[in-house]
Amino acid sequence: MSDEINAGPSSLSAPPLADSGDIPDGLASLSGRSLEVQLYREMLRIRLVEERIAEVYAEQQMRCPVHLCIGQEAVAVGVCSALTARDYVFGGHRSHGHYLAKGGSLKALIAELYGKAAGCSSGKGGSMHLIDLACGFMGAAPIVGSTIAIATGAALAAAMRREDRVTVPFFGEGATEEGAFYESVNFAALKRLPIVFLCENNLYSVYSPLSVRQSAERNLLQLVKAMGVVSAGGDGNDVMAVREFTREAVHRARQGDGPTLLEFSTYRWREHCGPNYDNDLGYRTEEEFLAWKDLCPIARMERRLLRDGALSEQEIQAFRNEFLAEADAAIRFGRESPYPDQSVLMQDIYDEPSLTAEAACGN
Amino acid sequence: MRQLTFAQAIREAIDVAMERDPNVYVMGLGVPDPRGIFGTTLGLHEKYGSSRVMDTPASENAMTGIAIGSALCGMRPIVTHQRVDFALLAVEQVVNQAAKWHYMFGGRASVPLVIRLIVGRGWGQGSQHSQSLQAWFAHVPGLRVVMPANAKDAKGLLIAGIYDNNPVIYLEHRWLHETFGGVPEGIYTTPIGKARIARPGSDLTIVAASYAVLEAVRCAEVLALSGVQAEVVDVRTLRPWDKDTVLESVLRTGRLMVADTGWITGGFGGEVLAVVAELAWGKLKCPPRRFGMADCPMPTSFGLSRFCYARPSHLYTAACEMLEVAVQAEHTALFHEDNLPHDAPDRSFKGPF
Repeated sequence: MSDEINAGPSSLSAPPLADSGDIPDGLASLSGRSLEVQLYREMLRIRLVEERIAEVYAEQQMRCPVHLCIGQEAVAVGVCSALTARDYVFGGHRSHGHYLAKGGSLKALIAELYGKAAGCSSGKGGSMHLIDLACGFMGAAPIVGSTIAIATGAALAAAMRREDRVTVPFFGEGATEEGAFYESVNFAALKRLPIVFLCENNLYSVYSPLSVRQSAERNLLQLVKAMGVVSAGGDGNDVMAVREFTREAVHRARQGDGPTLLEFSTYRWREHCGPNYDNDLGYRTEEEFLAWKDLCPIARMERRLLRDGALSEQEIQAFRNEFLAEADAAIRFGRESPYPDQSVLMQDIYDEPSLTAEAACGN
Repeated sequence: MRQLTFAQAIREAIDVAMERDPNVYVMGLGVPDPRGIFGTTLGLHEKYGSSRVMDTPASENAMTGIAIGSALCGMRPIVTHQRVDFALLAVEQVVNQAAKWHYMFGGRASVPLVIRLIVGRGWGQGSQHSQSLQAWFAHVPGLRVVMPANAKDAKGLLIAGIYDNNPVIYLEHRWLHETFGGVPEGIYTTPIGKARIARPGSDLTIVAASYAVLEAVRCAEVLALSGVQAEVVDVRTLRPWDKDTVLESVLRTGRLMVADTGWITGGFGGEVLAVVAELAWGKLKCPPRRFGMADCPMPTSFGLSRFCYARPSHLYTAACEMLEVAVQAEHTALFHEDNLPHDAPDRSFKGPF
């Protein structure tokens, strides 16, 4: 029969990541002072990059929404420091920090914000659709809660394919109000999937405080525990604590002991969307903001490292100069890169089929 | 050629794809159950086990996201919903996520996913078990939408969908599951995006999809008794749909009718009429016509639902007007469907569905 194709056991779908055994595990095996300095550097880098984004945003050349994570860096850095490049991370609308902490290319991020062809999504995604498969940053999408389910599917794939990968979806506490969250947690518990549900509780869903969204009696950790998922939580502005909680959860996932939910409390300093502060709107108080600002994850770590003599003021200044130079180089790259050609508009709506009509044609 | 039912053909497509590729798996509420989704998954659970023929929680939304996530990471899931209507809980994942991931990440991610949606009809299926929403899905760039009308294409389009690297919405009409047709063995594909001439003709083009193809062919057979030949184009894929084949046919016949299983307003028939009007206006000998479900939610009552579907005799009457031939009473009497209960596919049917 002419339409037969040479069928044999095949692996038509290659995993997106190379599966070689020598992928470096980043910060996962670091410890002691060098680890603390490295985590501090990672947080500082994200902070300075986002502050530079906020500064240049006024030029109106980054023509897409930006949701800055300034104030929340410790969660991104602490979690990703407990992962390897093979582990999967999924993000949401506020994911610059997750992307950078997982090892995503800074130049490609900035070019993406400028809508340029060199962007991590070729200019088609913008700030809310970041991806860097080489480091396991699998994608971010801003429909709240949706990537929780997608990440659960990535964990299912890892389990079905017997791959040593842990999947971490980052989401805010608002996402835990979505049905997709409960459905995903239930399924992950049912199948004991290697996943760590990572909730950053920053108290607000846009301008809506927890008090208008959740009963005061609601306890997320107990909720998911009742569904069969181990849960823990703590100070999301303490990068070492975040890292330790995550390491334990990741270890459990790698051992085949199933999913964990981690909830970390933290606070977004800037407006929900955009480069500015918005406390003048009145949806939160200046006192609350200042109290959280006192808990700045970077300043806390910096004070500790200075006190312990692990770092000097000069070294810190050198780090700042290094990251500002890197950010400026990326911004220059983004600004100067070309827009995608018009021909790209209608490209990549569909991927090529893995069986062509010529290879296997019914009639 | 070997005869199989449409349902058996679907089952065989899944079986050969699963045999060939360990990344192919089936998920959906009830896929391993004793009835096997109208027979379309029977025996697969025994053969491949519960991890690859996976029953699921009643969580259509997350399960679709889970299928998408697994597809991004190397799997080829086939998600099954026993009715189109149930999948509406998952439309966010289908439209915002599955349809977009390839494009919005600049081609870096792919979602090789099939979503089987069963269109219900008859026996009081009512407002929430009878919808035929192919036009919704066909509206969305990034999705492929297929609607086979016979057993051979049921298998060929499903295999094509499984090995496509994009999300494929596979709509199967409940009244087709027990229809028979010749089905090749082994692996073959019916090309997505290519229509089929179900019946050649020169006087009128009837474009149809899914179960409406059978009704259009019935209409054409009776029309032939008056000496006019209707060509039935089984469009098979609604996105991307085969404009070339339709236009080529209409340019020959000069007359166009569309028979769809969905509502008319905003439906697939309007799309076909619009494209033909844009590209072949001057070649049309008479105004085009379209048929579909009555423009109301589907009532459950036997007494009301009989007014909701266009039947072959309706197509016949309209075709006679278009062709300016007399409606013959002895011909309309040949539409035995008109003498059957309107809510069952054939005499052997016993409720419920």
